[in-house]
Order: sequence, then C-alpha cells, then structure tokens
Amino acid sequence: MNREGRPTAPIMPVEHNDHPTFTGNRGLQIEEPLLFEIGRPEVSGVDLEEPGEFAGHLDGLERDRDIGLPGLSEPETMRHYVRLSQKNYAIDMGIYPLGSCTMKHNPRLNEKMARLPGFGDIHPLQPQSTVPGAIELIDKLAHWLKVLTGMPAVAMSPKAGAHGELCGMMAISAALKARGENRTIVLVPESAHGTNPATAAAIGYKIRSIPARDDGTVDPAVVQENLSSDVAAIMLTNPNTCGLFEREVVEIAEAVHEAGAYFYCDGANFTAIVGKAKPGDLGVDCMHINLHKTFSTPHGGGGPGAGPVVFSEALMPFVPLPYIVTNDDGSRRIIETSTQATNQSGEGSQSLGRMTAFHGQMGMFVRALTYMMSHGADGMRQASEDAVLNANYVRVCLNDLMSAAFDEGPCMHEALFDDTFLKGTGVTTLDFAKAMIDEGYHPMTMYFPLVVHGAMLIEPTESESKASLDLFIATMRDLAMGARNGDVERFSGAPHHTPVKRVDETRAARSPVLRWTPPLSEAAE
Amino acid sequence: MRYLPLTDADRQSMLAKIGVSKIDDLFVDVPSDKLLNELVDLPLTSGEMEVDRALRVLAEKNVVAGSVPFFVGGGAYRHHIPATVDHLIQRSEFLTAYTPYQPEISQGTLQSLFEFQTQVALLTGMEVANASMYDGSTGAAEAVLMAHRLTKRNKAVISGGLHPQYRAVIENLSGYSGHDLECLPGDPYSREDIISRIDGDTACVLVQTPGFYGHLTDLEPIAEAAHATGALLVAVVTETVSFGALKSPGEMGADIVVAEGQSIGNGLNFGGPYVGLFATRQKYVRQMPGRLCGETVDADGKRCFALTLSTREQHIRREKATSNICTNSGLCCLAFTIHMSLLGEAGLRKLAKLNHRNAVRLAEKLDAIDGVDVITPHFFNEFTIRVPGSAADIIEKLAAKGVLGGIPVSRLEPGQPNLENLIVVAATEVNNDADRDAYADALTEVLS
Repeated sequence: MNREGRPTAPIMPVEHNDHPTFTGNRGLQIEEPLLFEIGRPEVSGVDLEEPGEFAGHLDGLERDRDIGLPGLSEPETMRHYVRLSQKNYAIDMGIYPLGSCTMKHNPRLNEKMARLPGFGDIHPLQPQSTVPGAIELIDKLAHWLKVLTGMPAVAMSPKAGAHGELCGMMAISAALKARGENRTIVLVPESAHGTNPATAAAIGYKIRSIPARDDGTVDPAVVQENLSSDVAAIMLTNPNTCGLFEREVVEIAEAVHEAGAYFYCDGANFTAIVGKAKPGDLGVDCMHINLHKTFSTPHGGGGPGAGPVVFSEALMPFVPLPYIVTNDDGSRRIIETSTQATNQSGEGSQSLGRMTAFHGQMGMFVRALTYMMSHGADGMRQASEDAVLNANYVRVCLNDLMSAAFDEGPCMHEALFDDTFLKGTGVTTLDFAKAMIDEGYHPMTMYFPLVVHGAMLIEPTESESKASLDLFIATMRDLAMGARNGDVERFSGAPHHTPVKRVDETRAARSPVLRWTPPLSEAAE
Repeated sequence: MRYLPLTDADRQSMLAKIGVSKIDDLFVDVPSDKLLNELVDLPLTSGEMEVDRALRVLAEKNVVAGSVPFFVGGGAYRHHIPATVDHLIQRSEFLTAYTPYQPEISQGTLQSLFEFQTQVALLTGMEVANASMYDGSTGAAEAVLMAHRLTKRNKAVISGGLHPQYRAVIENLSGYSGHDLECLPGDPYSREDIISRIDGDTACVLVQTPGFYGHLTDLEPIAEAAHATGALLVAVVTETVSFGALKSPGEMGADIVVAEGQSIGNGLNFGGPYVGLFATRQKYVRQMPGRLCGETVDADGKRCFALTLSTREQHIRREKATSNICTNSGLCCLAFTIHMSLLGEAGLRKLAKLNHRNAVRLAEKLDAIDGVDVITPHFFNEFTIRVPGSAADIIEKLAAKGVLGGIPVSRLEPGQPNLENLIVVAATEVNNDADRDAYADALTEVLS
C-alpha cells in the first residue's frame, strides 16, 4: 500500500521564450496582479449615503487605525475577477473526471430557484409563521431523501459531508451511551476517505484499520475478526472508494449489528445507486449524502456543500437539532431547542444536540430539490445507470493500455487504475495528470484511494456524451502510448500550455506565505 | 431528459462495447434481492416550467425580508449586496470549478482565496487566516478544540454574551471530544465577571463582541488575564461589518478570532450557506483547521498560488488531522472577497458608521415608547429592548402588522422567565426613516 500520498517534488524549470510580449499577457490570457497591488483605500465601488454627525454609543472602542483594505471601482472589480476567472477550469468547460467528487453538470434552474426572494431573502429567525413555504421545502427534500434511501429519518442541518459524518458518529455515540455502553473503537477500511478516521478521532474514538482484500472489497470474515464488545461502529463507504459495490454489505451489516455495533455508511458515492438500491435495505444505520456530489449543487471552488444524514429506526431518536415536526393540522414547525425536543416522542426525542447555528444549508436544499424534481424517479434512476455505464465504458476502453486495479467484474460509477502501466517509463501518476491538463482536461483523482500505488480514479458522471467520452478515451490512450514510447518531456515538463506552469508546492509548504504584506519600501514610508 | 446526453442508441452501443446485454449486468454486485425492480415512490421527471411553478408556490408563501420593515439579526444580517457580486459568482469558471487541488488550472480560485485570507487577517487584526469554515458557529467550536490542542489544558470558559446556538454547537462538540466547558449564564445586562473564572486549567476564554444582546466588550483586560495564566482568548464576531467601526479583536489581544462572514456578499438564505472566518497568530498556524492558500512560484519562477500545509488536513493526516473539514464555503468566500473589494477601506468604514447611526436612531425611537427600555447602553448595530409582557407574543403581533421586529430571546433561551420580556433588535443600512417609524408605530399599537 502506498503511504506517501502524492509526490510534490519540484522539477527543473523549463524556458518559454516563444514570442514574448511587453505586458506578459498572451492574447486572451491576461496577467492579473493582486487586489492589494491595484486597489486604493480611498476608492469604493459602492455608493452609500453620508452618515452625518451623531452621538455614537461605541464606549471608547472605536477603531482608531486603518484596516489596510484596498478598494476598487465597479469596472475595476469586474475586470479583476473576470480575468481571474479565465485562469480556472470548470465543469462548464469540459469533463472533470474526479473520482469520488461526482462532478456532474450544475443545472442553472437550480441557481434561479435558489435566488427566488422567498427562499433567498428570508431570515432563519424571523417568526416560523412567516416562512411556512421554506419549512415545507426542507421537509419535502427530507421526504425525497428518505424515500430514495429507504430510511425513516433524516438530519438536514450538517453543512457538508464531513460534518454529516460527525453527525452520524455523534448519533452512534449517543445511542451507545443511552444503552449504558462505552465502546472505544471504530473500524475503518484503509481505502476510506480521510474524513472518516478524522471524524471518528475528533470525537475520541480509536481507529482500527480494516485491509481491503485482493478484489478491492471488504471481507466480512475480517470484519468479524475485528468486531468485539468494544467496537462502536464500522464506517464503510458503499459503493467504495475503489468504485466497487461492497457485494457482501448485508453480511457485514448483520455481523456488525450482532456485535451490538452500528453501521455508518459514507454516502459520497450514492450517485451510482440512486433509484437502483436503497441503503436502508442493506442494513445501514446512518449515511451522509453529499448534495454537492450526488444532487448537482455546484462545487463553487471548494464549497459550500451540504451533508444531510439519513437515520435508521435505531438511531432516529438521536437526530440533531433542529428538525421538523408536523402538527395535528398538517402545518409544520421546526424544533430548535432541547427543551422543545424532550417534549417529542420518536424522531429527535433524545436529540444529540446542535450541529450548527440556524437550520442548515437552505440555499443548497433549494438547488438539490430542483434537480431531484427535474429528474424525478425515472430520471434519477436513468442518471445512475448512465453514470455506471459511462465509467465501465471508460474502463473497458482503457484497460488494455492502462492498468485497471480491479478488472474482474464491472465497476460502479468510477474506474480505478494504478501506475503499473507506467513502470519503467519514468513517468509518474502526477506527471501523467499534468500532461492531461495540456490536453484540456482536468485530471482524475490522483493518489487516492491509498490501497493501490499511484491511484488514478476516473469518474466521468452521467453528464458526459458518448462523443465527449470517446475523445477523452482517445486522449488517455495517446498519453499512455506516449509514456510507453519514452516521450518523457511531454510529461515531466507538463503542463506547458496553462496560465502558470508546474507549481512548486513543496516551496509553498516549506516557507508558507499565507497573506499579502506590503513590500518593505512601502512599509518604511 | 435534458441533463442526460446519452441516447438509447449510444447506450446500446456502449453496452455492446463493454460486452454486456443490459445495464443491470453492470449492477451484478448488488445483491439481487436488493436491486430495485420498480421506480421509487416519487413523482416522475418534470420540465423546467413545471418545477419552476411548483417551487414558486413554496417561495411565495414566505414573507420576504426586503418587503417589510425588517429588524432581525441574531447572527445573520440583512445588508445591501451590490449586483456585481452575484453576477461574478455565477461565472461558470467560479461556480462550477472544484477545490483547487490542481493549481495550474485553478489560479482564479487560488488568487481570490489568497486575497480573501489577507482581507480576513486585516479585518480581524490577526496575522493569518484560513480559507474559511462552514460558518461562525462551527468555526467557534473548532477554535475551542484548537485551544485545547495548543495549551493541552482541559477547560474552556464561555461568555454569557455568546449566541445561544453557538454555545449549543460548542457544547455538543466539546461533549463528544471529552473536554470541560464552563458556560456562564446568558448575560443581557452585561454584568458577568469572566476574568474571575480563568485559572491554570483554562485552555481558552471565549467572548463574543458585539455580544448576542448587543453589548460591546473591551477584550484587552480579558486577554491580559488569560495570558497571565497561559490561556488563550478566542474572540467571536457575528457581524463582520462591525470591523469597520470597532477596534479589532487582534489589537485587543485575541489569539484566535472567529467570525460569521455572511453580512458581506452573502444573503440571508434562511440560515445557509454562510461563511466562517478563522484567523490566528502565525505561530499557531500548524494547529489551524481548514484549508490554507499560500504563495509560491511555478517552473518559470512566476508568482502563483497553491493550497498548502495540507499535512494538517484529513486527506493527508487522517485521524491525526486538526479537523475533519474538507468542503468549506468556497463560493461564499468569493462573494465575501468581491464585496469587500468593492467596499474597500473607505466604503467599509462608511457602511459601519451608517449601521451604527441607524441603530442609534432606532434605539432612541423605541426607548421613547412607554414601557419599552433599551437595556444596552453601548452597541454597534444590534441592541436588546425590554418590553412589558411576552416578547414572543409581541413579535408575532408585530409580524401580523407587517413588521419583523427582532428576535424574542426566549426563542433561543426557552424556560428562563427573566429573559421572556427581551427582544434582540438589529438595524442596518437597509432601514430608512419610514421603516423605523413603522416599527415604532406598530409596537406602540401592539402595547396599547
């Protein structure tokens, strides 16, 4: 197993002296300085009324020195950010085959609906009687999630997948405590996403790692060996991070429950089985869902996401605050405090507490529900099938030239390759990825999962047309051939055609510069 | 279906290439008795028009903040967001980009994060800031954990001026991580003596200023007392605009500053998505949670940016990570930094002054009403009023008259009779004289 993660060693600088320009710009690619190098403190792109003089109430705590912020007029602001935007790759530009991230198309109807004033311009703490439509929307999304997963309850408030993992593990911990038990160990497959052990450790559990067997899946016998009365839970990703469905998941769930433990399912890869299988039928006790993966809310350069968590009967009472209940007359209200919660029975009656202020990622709820209603039951099932079809098509079209890690049977929505096919070529997974960038593609996920060497995890999603896939496949084949033919320069010097060349990430870590500071000459003035 | 490019002919051709006859042959690893034979019990596919119509029905049932005199704060504030901001964040290259793990094709995101981090450090008066947390409340909980790691001490002392929901989030996380918390009771009259609670077992003292009830706190004496025993001061700010008017927490001696950035660039959105600002001293940077963007060079020696110090994070460090956070608030950071660039120094200072002025004007008006008292002598843009009778009832009655007058404290702190007649009231630049008059008139009527 590769324990090193991705290499970040710098490479020899390569000279690019073809047709230099005065500005350093290259046609539509414009060099853009930092905000602090172009803004001025006295300039503002916002017109505000003059406050005038008045007696203040700041009790001597007024700010008495400059903040040091630059300002830009509106046209300067537009230019700064439009120029920056042109240095980004995006889903709207091309395939983003990042395994585990599910970079499907972000529908624009989502954006339009989220911006309706009735959703966007309402405050979480205005009287509940003034926002019945918002509460109904959250409840409707909750219903759709419960039906798709076959689970009876859902926590809507976690703000991202990792936050959802925290919520699920807290519920398990609460359930054990309610049983009067104090178990200290959580089983985590070594192929798991880093958030799994990080989450379990954050709330005080010891991690026991479960190795993958040769076919990339978890062996129920190995799970059984590791179970004891001190094991609180297993955290299992299904479909797993190798892109495979854990075919013995039901047996694993049974063994876990027999031992008095709980089954946390990491639902990051739910996109493969939406409408095809229900986690609730597989013995899952809780599962987080990444709305920004499976349900098309945009990735926005790193967020925001949303990570609602579905719960089984066993964990239902421990759902966090806030949650929605239906009154006798059919109206709904949000239970916000533990005082209110203890007056309930069933869902949330022993609520584990609060994960976040306010109600959760409403903006993402509107987007996800818009997507789900657009697809409907039939569309979502078709989307899952197309995602799995696309991944298998890519796998089968590449597995002669590239080394598929697990090729005995079909994969789910993503195909895992390792760097065996690059052996002896002098080209690493990292170099291969950088050469993909030159071809106009964002690379696949690299060096994850850790269970194979130099992992390349390719997830095309259902948003790719066959033509797009065929070109991607042809390009990957050309790159694989190029590596084998010893065309090292194509790889070690890559990327050649991007706004910046290979970035020295080692240096970024060795001497971290995490903010702009005024140059010495300015500071001295 | 409009989001699915494959045709049936494509699908057939691809299945043939793979060497299977039907799609379920690819689902062979799913136990056959668990593979669904029927569609799930949900409506079928809908065109844009139908979805639009259905969602508008839900949206139109809600009272829009911008359509009424609006004075609700409590950790989320209604401000004017320039049209430029929402336009820019909808550019494909920002909206549909991923986390910038491939820096060569993510310099747009990375440079804007570097600028964001710098702005946050400047605003908070600290040395370094991260690329965001989910929101202020989860950021505050992470700050407490960070203080435990840094001091190796067990107890956190939490001010009674902290937002009750923030307190609940910290209580929840600390409860599971096994640390002790001393939470001082809710402090509407700003009478607490937090300094006397600091001792040799204190990892950190956490103070919100402006507080939940509106009070302003001089952090300097608290910082001194904390540092004298080797404890850290965590400052929490829920209204970023206040940085434009008040001494920064950094200047006053804070070691970690956590803030809710929603006020800048991000609308109310019924509670999310928001953006957590997190800043600290350079010497603590390796214990900081969350992503960090750093400056470096490329192979040509050109300045560029990359995510860095990832050995703190979950994808490298796994169970030894400083936090489990992965996805954060990317696009909300971008909205924040664009709005802050548009405002600039002059704009933010003016905006803050306007907010304070509007709050002062409103306070004077409300205090003049018989039976109503403003109990916060010093505030920024939010204060607490004491009313004769149930604050919750009065707020409902005001809503029936078309005025959203604030938050009854009992909503967030139920079961405390001494808090039942208190309302937290916010005023921002969006309120005008007509709004303030409408509030005063409606409240007078409700109380008569």
